[in-house]
Amino acid sequence: MSAALDAVRALKARWPGATDRATLDHPAVNVPASDLLAVLRSLKEEHGFDVLEDVSGVDWGVGSSPRFTVVYHVLSTTGHDYVRVAADCADAGAPEVPSAAALWPGADWHEREAYDMYGIRFTGHPDLRRILMWDGYPHFPLRKDFPLSGVPTELPDAEVVAETKTGAIAAPMAGGPFVASPGGINMTEAEPRAKDESWTERHPKPGT
Amino acid sequence: MAVEHTIPDTAAKHAQGAFETERMSISMGPSHPSTHGVLRLQLELDGEVVTKADPVIGYLHRGDEKIAENMTYNQFVPYTDRLDYLAPLANNMAYAIAVERLAKLEVPPRCQAIRVITAEMARISSHLMGLGAFGIDVGAWTVFLYSFTEREKLYKLFEELTGARFTTSYTRIGGVARDVPPGWTDRVLAFCDQFLPQLEEILSLLTRNKIFTDRTAGVGVISREDAIAYGLTGPNLRGSGVPLDLRKDRPYSGYEQYEFDVPVGSRGDAYDRYLVRAEEMRQSVRIIRQAIAGLPAGKWYAEDARRIFAPPKDKVLTSMEELIQDFMLVTEGPQMPAGEVYFEAENPKGALGFYVVSKGGGVPWRLKIRSPSFCNLSILPRVCVGAMVSDVVAILGSFDFVMGECDR
Repeated sequence: MSAALDAVRALKARWPGATDRATLDHPAVNVPASDLLAVLRSLKEEHGFDVLEDVSGVDWGVGSSPRFTVVYHVLSTTGHDYVRVAADCADAGAPEVPSAAALWPGADWHEREAYDMYGIRFTGHPDLRRILMWDGYPHFPLRKDFPLSGVPTELPDAEVVAETKTGAIAAPMAGGPFVASPGGINMTEAEPRAKDESWTERHPKPGT
Repeated sequence: MAVEHTIPDTAAKHAQGAFETERMSISMGPSHPSTHGVLRLQLELDGEVVTKADPVIGYLHRGDEKIAENMTYNQFVPYTDRLDYLAPLANNMAYAIAVERLAKLEVPPRCQAIRVITAEMARISSHLMGLGAFGIDVGAWTVFLYSFTEREKLYKLFEELTGARFTTSYTRIGGVARDVPPGWTDRVLAFCDQFLPQLEEILSLLTRNKIFTDRTAGVGVISREDAIAYGLTGPNLRGSGVPLDLRKDRPYSGYEQYEFDVPVGSRGDAYDRYLVRAEEMRQSVRIIRQAIAGLPAGKWYAEDARRIFAPPKDKVLTSMEELIQDFMLVTEGPQMPAGEVYFEAENPKGALGFYVVSKGGGVPWRLKIRSPSFCNLSILPRVCVGAMVSDVVAILGSFDFVMGECDR
């Protein structure tokens, strides 16, 4: 663990913008998006964190500032430690961070996924297109304002649409899902309730 | 009247590159026997040589991460079965440990040992499946029949333990669903005893098989540097000679107590990846035997998981306190502290990671699943270029990926 702590300490000393990030396990550091690449390169080349294990987008909710954060987990194959690096996207309307694909070719797919799910653009990425959803899909499904039931969407192939006369339809959830809210402490607030993300008998199907 | 024919000098024209062969674009998959599910490879071919490979994934995308944000921690356990559906017990364990790290919860040694036994059994069953499918891909049908027979025996044991063959959902946050049934460990040991000779017989069909080595040796070579740069994990990484095994290097669930070796390859080709998997099965048997020999007595769930683990049903029906606890668990979910954790377990396919962001309460704010198959497949555009189409089949077989996990 100490190698990772040392690395984080060295990063904070070198980049004044880098700050401690609250963590329950691995040493973690917040860096401004402008320093992100330099920090990752330093971790890789100077501190031996040679594997990029994961890149994950996080949406903190509509209206939050910052709204989007990109979180990197790097692992050292020699010291067997992890370091978490997080960079906030300044503009919630057009979230953007630099791409790490030049440092790790493995970042290519991770970043495509974060773009696909959250619409975070990775500047300098060689081929930023959707990966799990189809090309031309109009939404970013893991954003908090995207409903669990989905949004009715036309299928990409016009021929298929003409033949089947169907599209991607929203799931019938009968008013659900019934979930407790994260972070709610107050009994009344934390109580599970229907998030009402689709139609019921009383609530017509969206778009009809 | 004599007609003069000019005979073209084809060899000379070939040498000058005057004959441009037309590149052919073919779509391999999403329903192709060797793509093991719904992977599609958009290949560009020059004759039979691959010049460009673009994997198209997402056909099995179910939005597991979105679903996770809308249910309590324990409710998500069955969804983890459906990630790597060839080793659900290992997924269950990885997810449970990630959430336990968040809750700062220590499970008792018996629970840890039971989880290790089940995870290693899952590893054997997953590798057996991988081996059988690999055999079929390169034309060795028989292996599949033998390895499926062995896998079936494991599934009988899984069924006895968890009630399900495939979708086990065996772990809970803070424990496992139930203790091992009486006599079950003896039956696992009996399986191990008969499995090892059987495994040697299965492997003898492939290891020195001329056709198999011709199809796999030197095919799909991944250098050590590439394997690390692309974030490969599991047997695919170790096949390239990187001795990284999280069970050894970042022990969890008591793996540090067990003696086992981490096999690594020397050339990083498809044959090495096969050998690594073969040896891992022997090592898994070693771990299972040690874990059963030293299986501690005690509870199979954490006593201090009162706000997480459902109380026994008879208590719920008779005792007020347990009734309230059960009610709170069902309605609000286990109360977790705010914070974030990232945990990776060494699954049969590689490092399965869970990045959990909690804002407190019973529902995760964000649950990112770092899937080993996803990362392993990302190297395909590099490995497939220059290979023959039939080599692509061998490469895919040697990767042993599963799309349920790749697409999530």
